[in-house]
Amino acid sequence: MSGRNLKALSTATVVILIIGFALAIFWAPLDADQGFKQKIFYLHVPLAIVALIGFIAGGVEGFRQLRSGDRRHDANSYVFIHLSIVFGVAVLVTGAIWAKASWGHWWVWEEPTLVSFLIVFLLYCTYYPFRYAIEDRDRQARYASVFAITAGAFVPLNFMAVRMAESIIHPRVFASAEGSLPGSMLFAFLVCLVGVGLLWLTLVKVELAGKQASGQVSRLRRALSTDGQSGSVGGRIAPEMEAG
Amino acid sequence: MTPSRTAFAALLGKDLRTEIRTMRSLPAMVLFAITTFIIFRYGLDRTTLSGSLAGGVLWTTLLFAAILGINRVFVSEQEEGGFDAFRLAPVDRTVLFTAKAAALFIYLSVLELIVVPTFAVFFLPQWSGLLPLILVLVGANLGFAALGTLISSMAVNSRARDLLVPLLLLPLVVPLMIAATGASAPLLEAGAPSYEEFGTWLLVMGLYDGIFCLVGYAVFEFLLED
Amino acid sequence: MTEVENAVVLRGLGRDYGDLPALQDLDLDLPAGSSLVVLGPNGSGKSTLLRILSTLLRPTRGEATVLGYELPKESWKLRGQIGYLGHEPLLYQDLTGRENLELQGKLHGLSVEEANHRIDMDLEVMEMSRRADRRVNEYSAGMRQRIAICRAVLHRPKLLLLDEPDSNLDPEGRELARSLIGPGEGRTRVLVSHEPERARAEADAVLTLDRNGRAVELAS
Repeated sequence: MSGRNLKALSTATVVILIIGFALAIFWAPLDADQGFKQKIFYLHVPLAIVALIGFIAGGVEGFRQLRSGDRRHDANSYVFIHLSIVFGVAVLVTGAIWAKASWGHWWVWEEPTLVSFLIVFLLYCTYYPFRYAIEDRDRQARYASVFAITAGAFVPLNFMAVRMAESIIHPRVFASAEGSLPGSMLFAFLVCLVGVGLLWLTLVKVELAGKQASGQVSRLRRALSTDGQSGSVGGRIAPEMEAG
Repeated sequence: MTPSRTAFAALLGKDLRTEIRTMRSLPAMVLFAITTFIIFRYGLDRTTLSGSLAGGVLWTTLLFAAILGINRVFVSEQEEGGFDAFRLAPVDRTVLFTAKAAALFIYLSVLELIVVPTFAVFFLPQWSGLLPLILVLVGANLGFAALGTLISSMAVNSRARDLLVPLLLLPLVVPLMIAATGASAPLLEAGAPSYEEFGTWLLVMGLYDGIFCLVGYAVFEFLLED
Repeated sequence: MTEVENAVVLRGLGRDYGDLPALQDLDLDLPAGSSLVVLGPNGSGKSTLLRILSTLLRPTRGEATVLGYELPKESWKLRGQIGYLGHEPLLYQDLTGRENLELQGKLHGLSVEEANHRIDMDLEVMEMSRRADRRVNEYSAGMRQRIAICRAVLHRPKLLLLDEPDSNLDPEGRELARSLIGPGEGRTRVLVSHEPERARAEADAVLTLDRNGRAVELAS
């Protein structure tokens, strides 16, 4: 992606995010039960949705890596999962703040979506030590792809099981947040969702560009070393990109 | 190509024969489980358990005992060249997955054959829930076998095998454990066992088992390449 | 397999481990029925070459055709026609020598009678018949190597890939091994060795690799 496109994308991201949050705070009506505290919903839920889509997309890229053997898909898969984990931290923090504000506790087990998210988050955290424990680059790409596919299949299954446990063992107390929103709330929410999605996309592009640059640097370094022996040494978690 | 059934029988037979001869996995798993019961007895300060507490203790113990076995599934292949010998043979790659999963399923069943009655003797005031519990055990064993074989093959070729198996496995088996404890708790209730949501939880386990059997079957050959 | 003149054809073959090239730009034609000896210092890619030919390792670059099959696309057809004897004996330590060979026979689709017949014969040749029913972890390194040789040839492969087959063998064992994996009798062999004189004596062609995995000499 050229520098100008990236600049346009990041500008659009900032503008839409500002519009979205402005709409959410000043225009959308206050929630009848929770009042102003509920506004964090416009950040928390889009972050969670985008992070989960990123995890699944990482699995799809892992699948394409295995199908094609093209290491670029592994780089995509890595960046998707990496950024979704970063977003995941934000999801858990905003979730805790919301829980504290609404129910007086930093953590509520009765909220199955948040519990499910924590389990998924913990699983994806093992992606880093797993990658790091495999030295050979091709094998790392293949094994990481297998991880991404397995974990991707796990995400919906996990949400279903946790939700079922909650509804069977404790009949739901809290109505699902996305249940029936007034039109203006829904509109503000959708703008925020698009903004957070664009933010994720921008960060993906930035990181992939960085990977490409570091890939080129190490290829140049290899070309300069005459004996062909002194390539970079040591385990590397993040994949490098061939020039795209 | 060698017929898959021949290769499957040969590999499974090899594993069972080795285990009977060396007793490397099963006795450790059994000892671990029984000792864990004793720790729970004092940790919870209970001499009898029922309902969800009984289900929780039983499944936590079985899960951690299973991890001991899962850690060892591919160790001899890795250390003694069995992977290479298998990869040189004209055999469908997924046969190794099914043979290993079958061996693990058998280990877990034998483990439970010893450990679950021990659990009943230690803690359960009445045993009528144990018969339907067999269905839950089979459902969980299938999931453990499929996922455990997959995770074990992912971890065995890395530098941190013993660390990665529990790290990867624990979050992945959460749904399976939710379903297993959900189905077991009413069965282990003091008084008469109840079948509340029993079928639903078995269905969830079946779905889970199906998905991870398919995933493992589909991706396994990529873990064998070099 | 259709009749092919060259058992092994390599064009520009290369393999990297991470950033490090282990094998570079290798061209080779090996006629069926002949022996190639590969020489070179440690780390020159000799074992890498054997592992590629055996389908255990995928090439990074170039083309490899073995017994008429293109690697790695058709490697599944090639398996079962190659006998690979690497650094590791590829034997399960807790099985006996005979059980290991029986497992090998089953994996290669031999009938039980056929496998038993060959196992008895080969064990006799390697003078291991009496000790075949002991577990491999009780064997000395030389005995392990003798069983490993039986394992490599049990399915009667068309191409033998031998990585220092004499290692751990005493002179007697080397002599016995000749009848299973030695030159002649129409065998096609690729042999990695550290002994140039002996190698040249039984080779039809010699390939010498340098420290960077490049061919410095290909002599017939």
